[in-house]
Amino acid sequence: MSKNSWWRNIWPPLTAVLLFLLLWQVATSFFHIEKWILPSPLNIGHELLAGAPSLRDHTMATLKLTLIGFGIGTAFGLLVACLLHVIPVLKSALYPLMILSQNIPTIALAPLLMIWFGFGLLPKIIVITLVCFFPVAVAAMDGLLRTDRTMMNYMQMIGASRGQIFWKLELPHALPSIFSGLKIAATYSVMGAVVAEWIGADKGIGYYMVLQKSAFRTDRMFVAILIIVALSLLMVSCIALLEKWLVRWKPQQTGHRKGWSLR
Amino acid sequence: MTIYDHMTTQDHSAVAPALSFSADSEPALALEAHHITKSFAGSRKRSLPVLNDVSLRVKQGEFVSIIGPSGSGKSTLFHIIGGLEKPDHGEIRMNGQLVTGEKGRISYMPQQPALLPWRTIEQNVVLALEVAGVRTKEAREEARLWLPKVGLAGFEQAYPHTLSGGMQQRASFLRALLSRQELMCLDEPFSALDALTRSDMQRWLLDIWESTKRSVLFITHNIEEALLLSDSIYVFSSRPASVLHKIEVPFARPRREDITTDAAFLSLKLELSQWMREEQRKMQNL
Repeated sequence: MSKNSWWRNIWPPLTAVLLFLLLWQVATSFFHIEKWILPSPLNIGHELLAGAPSLRDHTMATLKLTLIGFGIGTAFGLLVACLLHVIPVLKSALYPLMILSQNIPTIALAPLLMIWFGFGLLPKIIVITLVCFFPVAVAAMDGLLRTDRTMMNYMQMIGASRGQIFWKLELPHALPSIFSGLKIAATYSVMGAVVAEWIGADKGIGYYMVLQKSAFRTDRMFVAILIIVALSLLMVSCIALLEKWLVRWKPQQTGHRKGWSLR
Repeated sequence: MTIYDHMTTQDHSAVAPALSFSADSEPALALEAHHITKSFAGSRKRSLPVLNDVSLRVKQGEFVSIIGPSGSGKSTLFHIIGGLEKPDHGEIRMNGQLVTGEKGRISYMPQQPALLPWRTIEQNVVLALEVAGVRTKEAREEARLWLPKVGLAGFEQAYPHTLSGGMQQRASFLRALLSRQELMCLDEPFSALDALTRSDMQRWLLDIWESTKRSVLFITHNIEEALLLSDSIYVFSSRPASVLHKIEVPFARPRREDITTDAAFLSLKLELSQWMREEQRKMQNL
């Protein structure tokens, strides 16, 4: 992609965000809004810089938790999806249970897990794993099910075994779908980590939020929100990069770019 | 001598013992379908007959076409030959061996190219070999040898969606050609192409087949195509399909495309079109 078209894509949202921040800044000083009700963007920026050293530790703690939970959750989700796909009986038995499990609110489950497993790493990782598992598993199963009929027919006609069909056709075919599940799971995992820390931890952004909330430090709450958004964006862009690299065969939708790859 | 030639001679030597058992000098048949009957479960417990006592044979190195009205069950016959479906009655033999319901005995080229979009042309072309367990290096070498011969030089590392429909079909054909299975089943391979590309591809297939002499079973509903390419043609009735006529195509090989204006060619074409039209009419009256 040329630098020019990149800029053409990026300037409308960038301008919108800048305008919004400007409006916010002007409104807080114009209407004399108290800092503890709504801090201005400049206040928040200032607080972010001032608290940088301790915030870095909290952020790293949350990031570590997020990555571990995301890794285990997606691995588990992919494994279950593949297993249920290969054994249809298991799928019809367990699929309703999976849907049901998603209706248990995380906010109710997290305290229970703390009671059962204490305040260590384990209950937090379980929370994130549960949150990540579902979108990945559902997207993967959906992708595996939508295998192109003509390609499937071809593979069967030439006598490919079940395993060959899975590895050479179904799994690569499901990759784009799996990646949309991964992107959802990536944002969920940050959310899950913050909720877990909120309920019981001695470090991390969630813990930081609990502290600042009780001190009515609204500006620092906004700093926490900013960091959470940044973490989510980071996770999603990593997944998007990985997708671009793994699914590079995909025809380009945009008209002004031809997907030639003669290497 | 190409790797491919070497491959077929091996294949022939493999069937040689079976040959000596059969009576006289009759060579083993690449394919025999005996009295294939198949019906599918239709609505309200009524079964829908699709194939009715179909028998056909393909000799070693023979190009055999099936033509018939669309929806007459030709593709079902292919599924039975490929082992995807079991016939209600009848049996399939290849090289004299009973193979009814066995998969992986044929090489196949479907109507749509069905190339895997995440594989380059070279990786796609070796797919059938890969599935059959041929070593990657060996398969690659063979593909590199053949890609230029089917006009795909320079496209080895391109992804299928960057190629035209005709080129995709050539890659699909090469994938079938490289397969170690002697019998090639081609299911209306050119029906999705425009007329000009189609006639190009017919000439191309004619050339390449005459130099390789594989046993081919070819489904089409284009009469001219069948006459141009085949040694013999089976004309199928409308559903339930049965063999109406079998024609031996009398033109000598190697064939040139200008036989399509030959008087004998035209009269055969006329005869076939009349049969087909009759069948089509029957289908509409149903």
